[in-house]
Amino acid sequence: MLWDPQLLLNAIVSGLLLGGFYAVVTVGVSISFGMLDIVNIAHPAFIMLGSYLAYLLNSTFGLDPILSSLIMLPAFFLLGALVYQIYYVAFERRGQESLRGLAFFFGLLFISEVGLILTFGVDYRFVDARYIGPSLHLGFLDFPLRMLIPCAVSLALLGALQLYLSRTFLGRAIAAVSQDPLALRLMAANPTRVKRIAFALSIATASIAGALLIIIQPVEPSMARDYIGRVFAICVLGGMGSFAGTLIAAMLLGVVENITSTFYGPSWSPAVAFGFLLLTLAFRPAGILGR
Amino acid sequence: MRSRAFFFAALATAAIVFEGLRFLENEYLFFAGYVVLQYVVLATAWNILGGYTGYVNFGTAAFFALGAYTSVALGKLTSLPIPAMMLAGGVISGVVGLGMGYLTLRLRGVFFAIATLALAVVVQTLITNWDFVGGSRGAYTVRPALVPLLGSYVQYLFLIMLALAVIALAIAHAIEGSRLGYGFATILDDEAAAEASGVPTLRLKLVATTLSGALMGMAGAPLPYYVTYLDPASGFNLAYAVNSIAMPLIGGMTSWVGPLIGALLLGSIQQVATVSNWFGGHPEVNLLIVGVLLILFVIAAPNGIVGLLGARVGRSWRR
Repeated sequence: MLWDPQLLLNAIVSGLLLGGFYAVVTVGVSISFGMLDIVNIAHPAFIMLGSYLAYLLNSTFGLDPILSSLIMLPAFFLLGALVYQIYYVAFERRGQESLRGLAFFFGLLFISEVGLILTFGVDYRFVDARYIGPSLHLGFLDFPLRMLIPCAVSLALLGALQLYLSRTFLGRAIAAVSQDPLALRLMAANPTRVKRIAFALSIATASIAGALLIIIQPVEPSMARDYIGRVFAICVLGGMGSFAGTLIAAMLLGVVENITSTFYGPSWSPAVAFGFLLLTLAFRPAGILGR
Repeated sequence: MRSRAFFFAALATAAIVFEGLRFLENEYLFFAGYVVLQYVVLATAWNILGGYTGYVNFGTAAFFALGAYTSVALGKLTSLPIPAMMLAGGVISGVVGLGMGYLTLRLRGVFFAIATLALAVVVQTLITNWDFVGGSRGAYTVRPALVPLLGSYVQYLFLIMLALAVIALAIAHAIEGSRLGYGFATILDDEAAAEASGVPTLRLKLVATTLSGALMGMAGAPLPYYVTYLDPASGFNLAYAVNSIAMPLIGGMTSWVGPLIGALLLGSIQQVATVSNWFGGHPEVNLLIVGVLLILFVIAAPNGIVGLLGARVGRSWRR
């Protein structure tokens, strides 16, 4: 029974779907940490916020979680711009981003977790949507829709962001801002403004990631911390700012995690991401697609 | 000489505190005081790495719980006295700190911070899956029946933690005036320049992580005997990580006084709030306030209370 090939193939397939979802969870950090050099460890907390907002809109108005996350996009964008403004004025401009900036984001992570506990309690919350129950079957392979749809949305979002960053002036400016702010200034673009927009964009992706998370599984406030290890492991392994690298690393982690939890029990899966992170940092800190 | 004088002054203060509390004849004060002292040790330990070299450790709970679970495991196998268990816990946590540091400190500092965040999750996973120390159900610890001289077990635990706090503060103070301390300061100021002028930065950072981790592990070792029932949720409580960062940042990170002030202040406030049932008895609100204070201080008072008291006072304190 151990290492049954059907079970293994199913674990790989659902691992790939899970990895597709991990990519959208990580893409915000790939922008903020990978491109802007802002170590936003609170990113998973914004994702949890997205999940709970999707839950609220779903349970009160019966709104589809993905639709509600799109409605909340502008609000998350503004929230991100606000957070960056505080970060810029209080830390980046004073050159204190390394220690105090980290403590700031840690405080945000912590406050949002405690705030969610006080508002919603520690019970698991979930959403209703027609696609949460059924699965597609292909031979002995299962494709549960609650995994397939988040994966598809994630890939679409990654593609759209990649197009935006490589085709538009602002997108290219975002990719350039941490490498050479002076050159950017010479191109008549204000580096602070570019970073603000990019950071706001990274937080906006948390709205969608949050809705997808609560489609995949019920959520509770402390889950944000479990995702920190995953998100940064994927981001580093993927080579920081590269979206293609992020996607490959996310799928790799998804598959390994899923195989671990299928064959050794789900309580071990949080350790996988940490192993990934340590091995990457020790042996290939530039990531798989790093320069 | 200077550090020996400091050590004896700290010891004398500790003796006065202990005798004063015994004079008040209130067991609860020892019970609450233990937690405050535990935070003095954790905040001082955190500051040895965070304040002196500028490397952020988010994994206090992991190092602390490793010490606590070392005691649980040793308590099942042997009947060692608590100070011996503290040494064992210190060694385990110190080695984990060294290993973590060795793998991540050669890169940018932020990777170390992220790795410590993930470390807390993974150590908790390991402990939860390890049935020998109780797994997710938790473990009961039987306190030894007799305590020589003191009579009360809580007073004994308090005394142990008081001694550890004196040791931690003495270590922090000794570092500040030593070659090691100046080495740490060069890392904090400009690591590349320090490296270029021949400061062995990696070795210094590893000393700091090991020392800091070991002290955290020692602080955790008596915990099973204090709570008598320990499960992963309480051993890895988020409060440890948050408080050990917030206390030095709020108190001030430049010298040993800052973490001490921060821990005494925040620790006491939390104890009082718990007892007098402020905020309707929600322990989360307690922590929410710590989190909000942390953010306010890093934004508005980057040098903490010591910084607010003024550079002049701060300097005379350090001497």
